[in-house]
Amino acid sequence: MPLPEIMLVVLWVGLTAYVLFGGADFGGGVWDLLAGGSERGRPQRALVEHSIGPVWEANHVWLIFVLVLMWTGIPSVFAAVMSTLYIPLTLVALGIIARGAAFAFRKVSTQLWQQRLFGAAFAFSSLVTPFFLGTVAGAIASRRVPPGVAAGDLVTSWVNPTSLVSGALAVLTAAYLAAVYLTRDAERRGDAELVEQFRRRALGAGIVVGVVSAVGVAVLAADTPELYAELTTGRALPFLMIAVLSGLVSLALLWRRAYVAVRLTAAVAVTGLLWGWGLGQYPDLLPGVSVTDAAATDAVLAASLGALGVGALLLVPSLWWLYATFQHERNG
Amino acid sequence: VTTDMLSAAAAAATEADLGAARMQMALSLGWHIVIACFGVGMPAITLIAQWRGHRTGDPAYRLLARRWAKAMGVLFAVGAVSGTILSFEMGLLWPGLMGVYGEVIGLPFSLEGIAFFIEAIFLGIYLYAWDRLPPVQHMLSGIPIVVAGVASAFFVVTANAWMQQPTGFDAENGHIISVDPWAAMFNPATPSQTTHMIVAAFMVAGFGMASVYAVAMLRGRRDRYHRLGFLLPFTVAAVLSPLQVGVGDWAAHFVADNQPVKLAAMEGVFETERGVPLHIGGVAVDGQMRYGVEIPYGLSLLAHWDASAEITGLNEVPADERPPVNIVHWAFQIMVASGLALVALSASGAWAWWRRRDLPRSRWFLRAAALSGVGAALALEAGWVVTEVGRQPWIVYGVLRTSEAVNPAPGLVWGFVLVSVVYAVLTVASVYVLRRLARDKPVPVAPQERDVTDYTVV
Repeated sequence: MPLPEIMLVVLWVGLTAYVLFGGADFGGGVWDLLAGGSERGRPQRALVEHSIGPVWEANHVWLIFVLVLMWTGIPSVFAAVMSTLYIPLTLVALGIIARGAAFAFRKVSTQLWQQRLFGAAFAFSSLVTPFFLGTVAGAIASRRVPPGVAAGDLVTSWVNPTSLVSGALAVLTAAYLAAVYLTRDAERRGDAELVEQFRRRALGAGIVVGVVSAVGVAVLAADTPELYAELTTGRALPFLMIAVLSGLVSLALLWRRAYVAVRLTAAVAVTGLLWGWGLGQYPDLLPGVSVTDAAATDAVLAASLGALGVGALLLVPSLWWLYATFQHERNG
Repeated sequence: VTTDMLSAAAAAATEADLGAARMQMALSLGWHIVIACFGVGMPAITLIAQWRGHRTGDPAYRLLARRWAKAMGVLFAVGAVSGTILSFEMGLLWPGLMGVYGEVIGLPFSLEGIAFFIEAIFLGIYLYAWDRLPPVQHMLSGIPIVVAGVASAFFVVTANAWMQQPTGFDAENGHIISVDPWAAMFNPATPSQTTHMIVAAFMVAGFGMASVYAVAMLRGRRDRYHRLGFLLPFTVAAVLSPLQVGVGDWAAHFVADNQPVKLAAMEGVFETERGVPLHIGGVAVDGQMRYGVEIPYGLSLLAHWDASAEITGLNEVPADERPPVNIVHWAFQIMVASGLALVALSASGAWAWWRRRDLPRSRWFLRAAALSGVGAALALEAGWVVTEVGRQPWIVYGVLRTSEAVNPAPGLVWGFVLVSVVYAVLTVASVYVLRRLARDKPVPVAPQERDVTDYTVV
């Protein structure tokens, strides 16, 4: 495979990891928002905090990874996307600040009013940030970001049917993944009531994600016919099929309370959607700009990919240790 | 390799939008850099305390390590997100830079990404697995945080160094033809600039942490816990302060040789001359330095070790290629003055310790030490103002103007207003939470460390 394609695959792997791990952290915030009053919602909030506390910063690095790989590997595309979509991306950036800072502040706060204040900031930004990130994905997918610096429409590029659906889908997917992961976390802690609460939420969110995805495909048909054609009849179809099938299997597994297995199938379903989009759009990154047009020089790609390859040798065992440490916890 | 797309950039940004973009970048970078210094310096200082506590069993050290780790958790979280904003802003504000030269500086950022990943992973383990890992293993889990923190600082600053000394690429009409990413990363400015910053990071963290305990000691809390809390970080920073003078001199020589226009702005040299005096203070008015104290031959001596050395003046470049003299000159003066004050403070502490194994008796020492954190941060900010404003009007020295790099989309002013409000709130909240952490005694409850939990602090 030529270097630009390898780079693109690595970029997409990073994006997938961010959605699966970082996305779920946002989803945790969404459930925090919906957990109810400070007394009633306490157990759920405690579980959310306990689950994402040790890992969210590491999960968050995937986003930085994606940004860096974009400006290194496809610099002109990075410039075009960031400059045309600077309104939603500025809001994403502020949401990220509010989310991370408020989460850390709440953790060390001892008084209820502080926990409420920081908790509200954490939860609200967890809802808003993935929405705007989703609109950005929709803008790129619907070919509304032309090449060039700030060459696209600053508003309609991300306020359009495809963007709005993908924004909603981003929030719902995050919430769905979080509910699925949290169900198992609650089970490991031996809290049957919490398990049931998150199982119900996972089932509900899963059904809503399915419905909105179907709506999304219909919107694509009208708004972004090129991608629609690839997804329904072209080379991206297998990925869409995988997504649909895994989504259905996930619902069945949740129903049968197989909480470990459903983590995998839910992740596969979301991965299917992401790679379906990627493959459906390939080789175009922006209208008229293919990956070969936009790719950096081979010297840069080789050096960066080489560095990432060596880095992976350090990162994979480290990440494994991180997750293993907190997934095998003592009871109590 | 790149297409013609970038040359098709829309109309240029207005002056107001360019100013707003620069202010926004300065605000978010200037904010992040202070937090980042703690991210680089604090883990090492915390580990030293923890190691001392482990070796000696001294509960004061162990309690200090616990509390510093807790503050580190907050600072690291805030640093992680405020750093992310910077990678957004690289594209949001400066697409003209990143769209063309992003690939040239991509390698150090990829490496920084790995280092930051390592930092985040091991910080999660270090902070949250304190009571699950055996003590030695737990301390070992902190080592990658230290190494990766220093490495991150190195990689990021190489990218800035490249903006001062752009090497390692060939461009034609604003298009990149070929890149040697390693040559770009190890550009001539890299060695002095990265060393200067990494030493500064440890100084900001050390003096900053020591300040907290100096304040407590001024309020009469002079037990072992507070004394150690002061002494350990203060020692780290005090040892580095004189070293930083040497490193700073190295960095200044580099600027004198390679960015003479920046040096001219730092010192207010308007005409190329030999045997140039050094100006202490002073204001540039109508192309002349006024009201300052002149030290004859001082600048020629300091910059080139030769009293009759020629110093390039601002007159060598057209007026639209000169950085603003007063800002750069005063920032440089403030950095040097703060740095030398910190050296003096370190020396007085070292003197007392050498004579009688104790801190200086004067309350003025503690008062000065209480301000040392602010002084170190001030020197840090002022130093970055010299580096960045002194490079203007270029974003990439001699290659690309800042005004050509800025996002031409309208309304950047509003983005700046919004970001300012968010940072104001963030600052208030951070200070509030950290003050609470310093005041409370929120010791993580670990049954096996009953002696730490029950340890009484005045």
